[in-house]
Amino acid sequence: MKQFLSFVKKEFFHIFRDTRTMMIILGIPIIQMLLFGFAITTEVRNVQVAVFDPSKDISTERIINQLDASNYFHIVQMLNNPDEISTIFKKDHNINLVVVFDEKFNENLLHTGEASIQLIADATDPNQATTLSGYATSIINSYQQELLQEYKIPIQIKPEVKMLYNPQIKSAYNFVPGVMGLIFMLICAMMTSISIVREKETGTMEILLASPMKPFYIIVAKAIPYFAISIVNLTTILLLSVYVLKVPVTGSFYSLIGISLLFIMVALSLGIFISTVAQTQVAAMLVSGMGMILPVMILSGMIFPIESMPVILQWVSDIIPAKWYISAVRKLMIQGLGITAVYRELVVLLGMLVFLVFVSLKNFKTRLN
Amino acid sequence: MVAISVQNINKKYGNIQALNNISFDVQQGEIYGIIGPDGAGKTSLFRILTTLLLAESGTATVDGLDIIKDYKQIRNRIGYMPGKFSLYQDLTVEENLEFFATVFNTTIKENYDLIKDIYSQIEPFKDRRAGKLSGGMKQKLALSCALIHKPTVLFLDEPTTGVDPVSRKEFWEMLQNLKAQNITILVSTPYMDEAMLCDRIALIQEGTFLQVDTPDNIIELFTQILWAVKSKEMFRLLNDLRGYDRIKTCFTFGEVHHITVKEDLKMEDIRTYLIGKGHQDIDVYAIKPSIEDCYMQLAQKTKV
Repeated sequence: MKQFLSFVKKEFFHIFRDTRTMMIILGIPIIQMLLFGFAITTEVRNVQVAVFDPSKDISTERIINQLDASNYFHIVQMLNNPDEISTIFKKDHNINLVVVFDEKFNENLLHTGEASIQLIADATDPNQATTLSGYATSIINSYQQELLQEYKIPIQIKPEVKMLYNPQIKSAYNFVPGVMGLIFMLICAMMTSISIVREKETGTMEILLASPMKPFYIIVAKAIPYFAISIVNLTTILLLSVYVLKVPVTGSFYSLIGISLLFIMVALSLGIFISTVAQTQVAAMLVSGMGMILPVMILSGMIFPIESMPVILQWVSDIIPAKWYISAVRKLMIQGLGITAVYRELVVLLGMLVFLVFVSLKNFKTRLN
Repeated sequence: MVAISVQNINKKYGNIQALNNISFDVQQGEIYGIIGPDGAGKTSLFRILTTLLLAESGTATVDGLDIIKDYKQIRNRIGYMPGKFSLYQDLTVEENLEFFATVFNTTIKENYDLIKDIYSQIEPFKDRRAGKLSGGMKQKLALSCALIHKPTVLFLDEPTTGVDPVSRKEFWEMLQNLKAQNITILVSTPYMDEAMLCDRIALIQEGTFLQVDTPDNIIELFTQILWAVKSKEMFRLLNDLRGYDRIKTCFTFGEVHHITVKEDLKMEDIRTYLIGKGHQDIDVYAIKPSIEDCYMQLAQKTKV
């Protein structure tokens, strides 16, 4: 036991004395949370809009004013000629939406009850195009409501869209679970594997192996400091999430902590597994960097919804631990569900943990190869 | 008592035979040197005996324990200093020593006597990080770490490579002190002059032992006539000497060339030959063979 503790102490020395790495592993969560929370956002804000309004009547003016008054849109240009509509996107790359009114808009609306508005969106970014056309539609709908009330037409159709769990459609709700998955993967898997492989590279592993120290102890002692650092990071992330990004923990706090600790252990065992395979620090970094971080970002549902991926990629995403963790965090933190809702994720993560620990232990050599 | 016993050890890396049927015994309390150039198989042999590598065939015991079956017990008893100074560069001198002491289930206090002579020299720097030590100090720390658990057998793989001559000399004095405490030492080195300081040596080349004996006996068995030759242009001299049919071998040894010659050759003959070739400041004199001369001769013989 004393052996083990002194090994853990040594590991802490390694980490604390490498101030640069230390800053990175403690700073990364903060930077990522702030980046994803503020800078990188899929929310639509201040979209530049051009308008072609041949009728120029009271209705079109009111619609234009309402669009302009919203946070989402900013009307920058009035077009005079229908030909400009098709060329405006090419001429001015900042314009993402063109609103085109019918001729005699107000007249048509009042007399026939039908008038049309065309919304032309730049769909090079399809997500943004969908979102902003949705916003515009809802603004136009609300004007329609006003008209209906004004003119006392008996039948009212009132479409109502409600954004569940995330009424303001804040992207932080999506990113907080994703960033958690990413950071634990990065710190636990990458740092653990590098620190074990470093001992192989510098030759200290040779002495350790030729000593009575049990290989199992070496591995566990390597993992403990990163486990501790991950807990610090978990705290930072949750604090930033609740107090800075205003994403509250709506579900069971303890279940969230519990599943986070489980995921941290999965990531640690993954790091240990990588270290049993990789021979150099560079290899360990590449495997954990390229092999872990990218799939976590792309296939875990952090950025792109898994449901809309091809089936094969959906299968691949199943073997990525972060996918299950992120899904569980969404349920626990955002949707406010209890532990019973994440049994599946819990079981899968536990299974992965057992598998990785087993494989690493089997793979860890008590000799040099 | 036999401390290390090796029988017919073979080790291959792919197609390269790193160790070829190696057998030898080391007595307890003996300093046994494995002498040979880089790539001769010294490190492989050390790793096999320290239970870090498995041999393809052959058996060996360390302290009477089988290197495969009883590897765990062996790891409790041996001290090992690998070729690279394998210390934690970011830990201080004292932290390194303390760490290795606890790894071996002991404390610095308990075995301080054993390392006192060595450690006291670096103790003034005990708060300095190991990475900031000089080569000689690093080596002393590494030896202290390898000794801290009072091993019965000490494996030192090229302990003096990259260390200054003064520290090398001190280091060998330390080994003599350890020997006096009945610790068996297996040491490898590419430096032939260090061979003289061993009780017995094995000359190794390309995985094969050329000869095993005491250094004195090995030198005694050198039967050739050995002369040293020098002149102003050493490189041309080497080629000229090698081109002379009555000279058997010619090798560079620092500032002079060592030659072995046929019995009927006189020093004057060489002088005349070299003057004829236009050499100046020629000096030829008889010398006593060193281990290196013996090694070169044996290595030459096996190659032919």
